[in-house]
Amino acid sequence: MDYQFHWRPVIQALPDLLKASLVTLEVSLIAMALGLMFGLVLYFCRASSLRLLRGFGSTWVEIARNTPSLFQIFVFYWGLGEFGIFLSSFTAVVAALTFNCAGYMAETYRGGFNAVPAGQDKAARTLGMTKLQSLRYVVLPQVLRAIYGPMTNQFTWVILASSLGMLAGLRELSGETQYFNSRTFRTFEFFAATAVIYYLIAKIALILMRLLGRPLFRAERARP
Amino acid sequence: MIVLENLRKSFGELEVLKGINLTVDNGEVVSLIGASGSGKSTLLYCINALESIHAGKVTVDGIDVHAKGTDINKLRQKLGTVFQQWNSFPHLTALENVALAPRVVTKKSRKEAQEIAEKQLVHVGLGDKLNHYPSQLSGGQQQRLAIARALAMEPKYMLFDEATSALDPELVGEVLDIMRLLASEGMTMIVVTHEMSFARDVSDRVAFFKQGVLAEIGPPEQVMTNPQDPDLQRFLSTIG
Repeated sequence: MDYQFHWRPVIQALPDLLKASLVTLEVSLIAMALGLMFGLVLYFCRASSLRLLRGFGSTWVEIARNTPSLFQIFVFYWGLGEFGIFLSSFTAVVAALTFNCAGYMAETYRGGFNAVPAGQDKAARTLGMTKLQSLRYVVLPQVLRAIYGPMTNQFTWVILASSLGMLAGLRELSGETQYFNSRTFRTFEFFAATAVIYYLIAKIALILMRLLGRPLFRAERARP
Repeated sequence: MIVLENLRKSFGELEVLKGINLTVDNGEVVSLIGASGSGKSTLLYCINALESIHAGKVTVDGIDVHAKGTDINKLRQKLGTVFQQWNSFPHLTALENVALAPRVVTKKSRKEAQEIAEKQLVHVGLGDKLNHYPSQLSGGQQQRLAIARALAMEPKYMLFDEATSALDPELVGEVLDIMRLLASEGMTMIVVTHEMSFARDVSDRVAFFKQGVLAEIGPPEQVMTNPQDPDLQRFLSTIG
C-alpha cells in the first residue's frame, strides 16, 4: 500500500468542519421540529372524515415515503424553479427533509394513537374536557410515550440524511468536507474524519433525546 | 332531576333503545339490571351524550342534553361517569389524575386542584396512594381512583357503567363500599350493575331492561322479590 496518510490538512480544516456541523445540526433540528408538527397535522388529515383532507394526507405520505430523499431535495431546490419559486439551498433542504419527516412521522403517529385506548379520551370528555383538552392533557402525552423510540430513530435519520444537502449546494458538514477534499485531495482522511463527527453528533443527539424524554416515562420508572 | 322521554337509539338496523321513559329524582339511586346487550349502558351514554339519540329527549335539570345549543362540556361536569374499564390516566399519579380536570376544565389553581384531589382520594380511601401511578394500584384501587376523579368535579349525578364487572371478585367489595358511601351521602346515582345484592340493598328503585325496553321498574323489594315479568323472573333465578 503506497497511500500516505496526511492528517494535517484535516486538523487545519477542523474549525471549519465543526462550524459546518452547526449547519447540519440547524437543518436537522428545524426539519425534525417542523416534521413533528406537520406529521401530526397529516395524521389528523388522514383520520379526517373529509375526503379532500384524507386524499391530501395520503398523497403526501405516499410520495414522502416512496421516493428517494435526494429527489425530494432536488424538487425543492431546482424543481420549484420551473414555477418561478427559487429557494436558497438552506431553505430547500430544510423543506425537503421536513416533507420527508412529516410523511414518516404521520405513520408513526398513527401507531401511537392506536396504542392509546379509546376509553382514555372518553373518560377525559366525561370530566368536561373539550376535545382539544383531552388531546393535550390525556391522549398526546401517551402518544408521545409510544412514539418516542421511533421518533428518536427519525431524528438520527434526519441528521444523516441532511448530508444529501451538499448536492443542492448546501455547505453543511458533507458539503464542507467535499470542498476541502477538492482542494487537498485528501479524500479518505477528510471523509473518515467527517464520519467520526457524524457519529458523535448522532450519538450525542440520541443521549440528549433520552434525557429530554425522561419526564415522559416517569410512570414507567415507578416501582410496581 | 334527569328525565328521559320516549328515548330511542339505533346502531344501524338494530334499535337498542325502543322508547324509554324514566325520571330520576334528586337523591335517588336507580339500578339498571338486565342481560348484556339489553341497552343499559347505551342508556347511560345517552345521558352524558357520549352517544347521540335518534328520537325523544333527555333533560338534566331541565337542560336538553342533545339540543344543538347545549354546552355539553359544561353539562358533563354535573354528570360524573365511572366506566367498567376504569380508564385511569397511566401517565399521571393518582393525585394528578384527580386534579387534572379541576385544573383545566374549571380553571382552579394548581394548589386548589390538589387540595380537591387529596380530599376526594381520602374520601375513597386512597389517602396513602396520592403519589402512586395507576400501574402501582390494583384494579379496585384504580376504580376508586376513577370515582374520586369524577367526584372532584363536584357532580350532582353519578353514572356507573358496570363499575365492578372488570374486577377480580375479591376487589368488588371495596368499590361497592364506596358506591354505598356515596348513596348514603345523598348522591343521585344511576347504576348499571350485575351486582344484585347491591341493587337490592342500595337502590331506591330497580329497573329491568329487556331488548331495549324498560320492562319493569319499582322499589327493589317489589321488583326483585316479586317480579311480574317472566323474563325478569328467569333473569333473577339464573343470576342468583
